[in-house]
Amino acid sequence: MTNMIRLHTFHGGIHPAENKHQSTIRPLGRAPLPAQLILPLDQHIGAPARPLVAAGDHVLKGQMIADADGFVSAPLHAPTSGTVTAIETRPVPHASGLEEPCIVIEPDGRDEWLEHQGLAAQLGVDDLRDIEPRQLTAHIRNCGITGMGGAGFPTAVKLSTGQQQIDTLILNGAECEPYITADDMLMRERAGDVVRGAQILLHIVGARRCLIGVEDNKPEAIAALNQALVNLNEQHHIDVVTIPTKYPSGGEKQLIRILTGEEVPSGGIPASLGIVCQNVGTAAAVCRAVDHGEPLISRITTLTGDALQQPQNLEVLIGTPVSHLLQLAGYQPQKKERVIMGGPMMGFALPQLELPVIKTSNCLLAPTDQELPPNDIAMACIRCGMCAEACPAELLPQQLYWFSKSQEFDKAEQHNIFDCIECGACSYVCPSHIPLVQYYRFAKGAIREERAAQAKAERARLRFEERQARKEREEAEKEARRKARAEAAEKAQQEKKAAAAADAATPAAGSPPDSEALEKLQKKLDAAQTAKTRTQEKLAAARADDSLTDKVPALEAALVKTQDKIKELAQEIAAAKKAAKAAPSAEAAAGASDKGDPNSPERLKRKWETALARLETAQKRLEQAKADGSDTVTALQDGIAKQQLRVDEARSAYDAAINGTAPASTTVSAEEIEALQKKILAQQDRVRKMQERYDMARAEGLDTVDALAGGVKKQQDKLQQLQQELAAAQNPLATTDNEAS
Amino acid sequence: MGLLTLSSPHTHGPNSTSKVMANVVLATLPGLAVMTWFFGWGSLINVLFASLVALASEAAVLLIRKRPVSFFLKDNSALVTGVLLGLALPPFAPFWVTLVATAFAVVFSKQMYGGIGNNPFNPAMVGYALVLVSFPVQMTTAWALSTQMSGSSILGFGDTLQVIFAGHSTLADAYSGATPLDAYKHLIGKNTADTVLAEATFNGWLNGGWEWVNMAFLAGGLYLLARRIITWQIPLAMLLSLSLCSLIFGWDEDMYTPLSLHLLSGATMLGAFFIATDPVSASTTPTGKLIYGAGTGILLYVIRTWGSYPDAVAFSVLLMNFAAPFIDAYTQPRSYGHQKARRGLPEKN
Ligand code: SF4
Ligand code: SF4
Repeated sequence: MTNMIRLHTFHGGIHPAENKHQSTIRPLGRAPLPAQLILPLDQHIGAPARPLVAAGDHVLKGQMIADADGFVSAPLHAPTSGTVTAIETRPVPHASGLEEPCIVIEPDGRDEWLEHQGLAAQLGVDDLRDIEPRQLTAHIRNCGITGMGGAGFPTAVKLSTGQQQIDTLILNGAECEPYITADDMLMRERAGDVVRGAQILLHIVGARRCLIGVEDNKPEAIAALNQALVNLNEQHHIDVVTIPTKYPSGGEKQLIRILTGEEVPSGGIPASLGIVCQNVGTAAAVCRAVDHGEPLISRITTLTGDALQQPQNLEVLIGTPVSHLLQLAGYQPQKKERVIMGGPMMGFALPQLELPVIKTSNCLLAPTDQELPPNDIAMACIRCGMCAEACPAELLPQQLYWFSKSQEFDKAEQHNIFDCIECGACSYVCPSHIPLVQYYRFAKGAIREERAAQAKAERARLRFEERQARKEREEAEKEARRKARAEAAEKAQQEKKAAAAADAATPAAGSPPDSEALEKLQKKLDAAQTAKTRTQEKLAAARADDSLTDKVPALEAALVKTQDKIKELAQEIAAAKKAAKAAPSAEAAAGASDKGDPNSPERLKRKWETALARLETAQKRLEQAKADGSDTVTALQDGIAKQQLRVDEARSAYDAAINGTAPASTTVSAEEIEALQKKILAQQDRVRKMQERYDMARAEGLDTVDALAGGVKKQQDKLQQLQQELAAAQNPLATTDNEAS
Repeated sequence: MGLLTLSSPHTHGPNSTSKVMANVVLATLPGLAVMTWFFGWGSLINVLFASLVALASEAAVLLIRKRPVSFFLKDNSALVTGVLLGLALPPFAPFWVTLVATAFAVVFSKQMYGGIGNNPFNPAMVGYALVLVSFPVQMTTAWALSTQMSGSSILGFGDTLQVIFAGHSTLADAYSGATPLDAYKHLIGKNTADTVLAEATFNGWLNGGWEWVNMAFLAGGLYLLARRIITWQIPLAMLLSLSLCSLIFGWDEDMYTPLSLHLLSGATMLGAFFIATDPVSASTTPTGKLIYGAGTGILLYVIRTWGSYPDAVAFSVLLMNFAAPFIDAYTQPRSYGHQKARRGLPEKN
């Protein structure tokens, strides 16, 4: 079934030399087992996976060795059978060149599979369509599948489109970057898997149709896909759409525009247009996972560049070291050695070669100097506007450049810097050879850092306000209780005067109405405040994560609403408190003469005595009530229990005060401990702050990463030291503490 | 590890600033050739001399500013400034006029602002405006008559050198005169179009050589367009607005300079394709370029018609240079995924 799809075009774009033929001469190969597999826990967007194995464990091929930690996360599986030799930090392929926790596996050479079978067989159903989409998504998640074309977003998350009605599933087979042919090879040799994956995905998202977009420079792939569709031998809604070759047509937003003419709203996701976009490699992985129960443990990686004698595509186990692969392809180290993971437009140059291939590594490019001359020295911008002509996001790259350079970040934001997809088209055409993208990364990083700092300051302010509110609230409660007691006392007196007549009036059970209202208000305020903190956390997360930016406005609105509510409540509380204060309580008046240290032993003693006296009265009253068979008995019993507690409390306070002359060293230590604890809190804050900055810098690939990493380490060391001090200070005290309690 | 780690992209297109500038110079050559054909050696000598001065002043300032001289000279931007001035100045202008204009353009209106890319005004036009207001006599009388008009051959190369560098301006007397724009503007007050056109300057036809000069610059401009070195917005908007003004206000040939003379005489095409399009000082957004070009065309017409200068490319371009940043701020394009463009300046909060 082939419909004519009307193609659209996107603004700008470039036609760099394709250089794809080198790596498609040889058929798809398979890389032999390396001596070691290094599996970073963080290969995807979201939280790093949580290890399920320990060093020394034997694992089977396909066994889950680390589980997803949170919704936006992905598990990890052993690519072959062998022994886990270590779980430690290793250098990972990331622009920052930093080390991250990895599971290291030494293959045993047997390549022994964990028992596995397709989902349909597992569930005992014949047809995939009998399986709930939710179940399929969960299975895909369990198989560790993440986007294989781009940044590695967990596929299951992308498929959880919630309420959105999905109309079109787009499979991205454009592969517009020069040199890379991994998807091309996949489509040529495993078109069946891609098509099957498309069918599964169609069922999951409930889309009406699937469009597979392939650039017209891949005729073999297009033919293979069409053949696979014919081989299906059944009705389907999948179309292979040939699109003109133009970089970056494989950008998700650009491809959507080409195929549907629609634009993903800035900061939004395709699902809002009823579109889900997946890479063809991801679709094939979904097919392997659902039909065969195979988790994502390998991928096709292009090895290319003139520094390789046998450029080709290889099926590579995740975790295979880059050096191993380069060796296989006949790598000839150059004078100015350079190996790029990804393509020449968007890839990043590896800082060293002992790095593993990860789920997103589609290409290893080892160019010679003549092939890709290192960047020339940048000249001044002559404002020629060629960058704007080339920009697929229809931005004004030169303005963004000026603003980034002069750190006028507000203007950069106003010029939509966050819509930049970092495709590099502007840099490519710039006659002055300005590394424009680098400037944008810098500016984006700085803006994100600023936002995070702002959010933090806001959080701190809130915490302070909360504390303040809590203090006031406590005070108000005290006041209310005092008043209640005074009233109760008065009543009791009156009752006494009225002689021990019949039934004892119920003592003011519960607090007087105004204090009750106050408490209710307070509870509301508390709830509002928790809601606010939660919203803020979500907001910060959404802001930090590009893929969630669409949620920001909604969250912001929610935040404003909650804040308003909090303000309102705070006002009400203040009013209520004022009212409470205005009614001077008897007790307050009585206690006015006794304005000494509230913790003086005498006062405490008096407190204890009053409490005791009250207890006695209550007990008397209870007996009376019991004798009368009054129905207030239970209430009185409750009251007595409470009163008993109060008595105990007052007594222990008094005892403590009496023993207050107790060993000075203890008090000092307690103070010290408190100080230490405060210090630790502050330090934890600092560590967090550092970590945030480091994460941000890392995400942006900023130059400051190394320095920040050092900073994090330093702060953590300090924290540890403080914690040790605290432990040391607390230990000798442990015994005294026990005694006291 | 000695691995080279550079930020993406790792590849670059074949374009470069020096190639862009060299192409601009290349595109002026037809115009220069036609000028030499009709008006003699003056323009060619001016172009060469101005280029030399421009390069020398640029080098001198770079030395003083302690910048790498050859690196910046290679960007060819000083060369472009020199060539444009050489083309714009009167062919028989004494050498010191060219010297002052060029040196001022390079030193004061370009390097003083930080060199290439940083000048808010078109350097060549700043130099031109300076000598136009400072030396009005030389700037109006040193124009060469076309061979079509004088009917004679051009002034010899040696004599031209003498006129320009030795001050023997009398040698050129028989070969010089007012430009057609100037002549028409002055004569039409007392005559009808027919009588004016009968004058030697026009030789019965409108422009007497100038039309060919303008056609040649138009051809050069089209070359730049084809090479995507300039975009169509500024030239088209400028020529359209100039034509529109001329049709609305100057439809009467007996009162005002006719459209054909506006378009094909003076520095119109040179201005539209080579001067107003100077990327550094012009507007840069697509819509902005249209506004900028239209503004230049309108100002050009206004000054030519009601101002005291016969030609006004320099002034209109400079005036629009002032407006360029403002225009840019309000003409940002709509970016992908946005309903409408964000315009104006960021709100301060
Ligand atoms: S392409 Fe380069 S020189 Fe031209 S405007 Fe853009 S940044 Fe400036
Ligand atoms: S890198 Fe950004 S600014 Fe440059 S062309 Fe791509 S989207 Fe536009």
